[in-house]
Amino acid sequence: MSRFTEIWVYLAQSPLLWLALTVVAYVVADAIHRRLGRPAAANPVLIAVALLLAVLLASKTRYEDYFEGAQFVHFLLGPATVALAVPLHRELGRARARAVPFSIALLAGSATAVLTAVGVARLLGASRPTLMSLAPKSTTTPVAMGIAEKLGGLPSLTAALVILTGILGAILGPGLLRLLRVRDQAATGFAMGVASHGIGTARAFQLSERAGAFSGLGMGLNALATALLLPAVLRLFGL
Amino acid sequence: MLHGWAVLLVFQLAGEILARAAGWPIPGPVVGMALLLGALALGFPVTEALRGVSSGLLSHLSILFVPAGVGVMLHAPRLAAEWPALVVSLVVSTAAAIAVTGWLAARLSRGMEDAP
Repeated sequence: MSRFTEIWVYLAQSPLLWLALTVVAYVVADAIHRRLGRPAAANPVLIAVALLLAVLLASKTRYEDYFEGAQFVHFLLGPATVALAVPLHRELGRARARAVPFSIALLAGSATAVLTAVGVARLLGASRPTLMSLAPKSTTTPVAMGIAEKLGGLPSLTAALVILTGILGAILGPGLLRLLRVRDQAATGFAMGVASHGIGTARAFQLSERAGAFSGLGMGLNALATALLLPAVLRLFGL
Repeated sequence: MLHGWAVLLVFQLAGEILARAAGWPIPGPVVGMALLLGALALGFPVTEALRGVSSGLLSHLSILFVPAGVGVMLHAPRLAAEWPALVVSLVVSTAAAIAVTGWLAARLSRGMEDAP
């Protein structure tokens, strides 16, 4: 065995390599994003994932082995979700004042996300397991996976569709809302969170702290709304 | 700083335990967020440490989704077979959900907008 192979075998088994490469990939992706003048389409998550996919495919690394290292980054999603309470607390008065309009917007947006996703994919001939994996795609990953499983979808496919939805929301959301003349930061953030969960929320925090706080609120409430209402919505429309 | 981490992790733990014990379909961290929000509303102090750790995590939220994003590779065959339906559906649905939610939220709360 050559010296290089020995080092590779050692590194491939330790979490350090893939942890380091995950952080480096994101730093590079963020630098590319900034160098290009922050265009929405060059989303840093998208670029970082593409870079890592290229490395994993070239080195014939399995996802399970990659995740051994990357899980340390992944784990921080939990505390980060809890941390959303802090900016939200500052906006509590504003949120209370808008409880009724934002609840109506939540229910309409949540139903729109499910029905348009399943409806369009069915028209285009997607298979039933794919449809059921697609239905909860606007909610945060663990909720979406749990719902997909109950509906007879494929939870791990759902995880992939959730991520793609988040990236699309981050790319399309701010421009689309500007087009609709939605200037209110609370409404902007809320819409990003309801439709595209944590990745939309990460984008909303770049718009303003208030948009980020309301995005976190939208994400949390849509997790609740989708978990409770999705089976009924699908039945109602015979899907 | 450690105090901030302790608060976040303990509330996540409490949320995880509560969600499982009650059999709720909501993930533990989301329950933990609701618990912490409740505690803050009841006067639990927002210390400098908690504020620092929270804003640090939230300003780098994007990177936390990268490991899960790489998981898309596990579904290459199905994505390759059904990609036209999936791409059109995801684009239409995400745009529609953002438009409906944002437009309604702004429209129905008119008069409460941010001061210019």
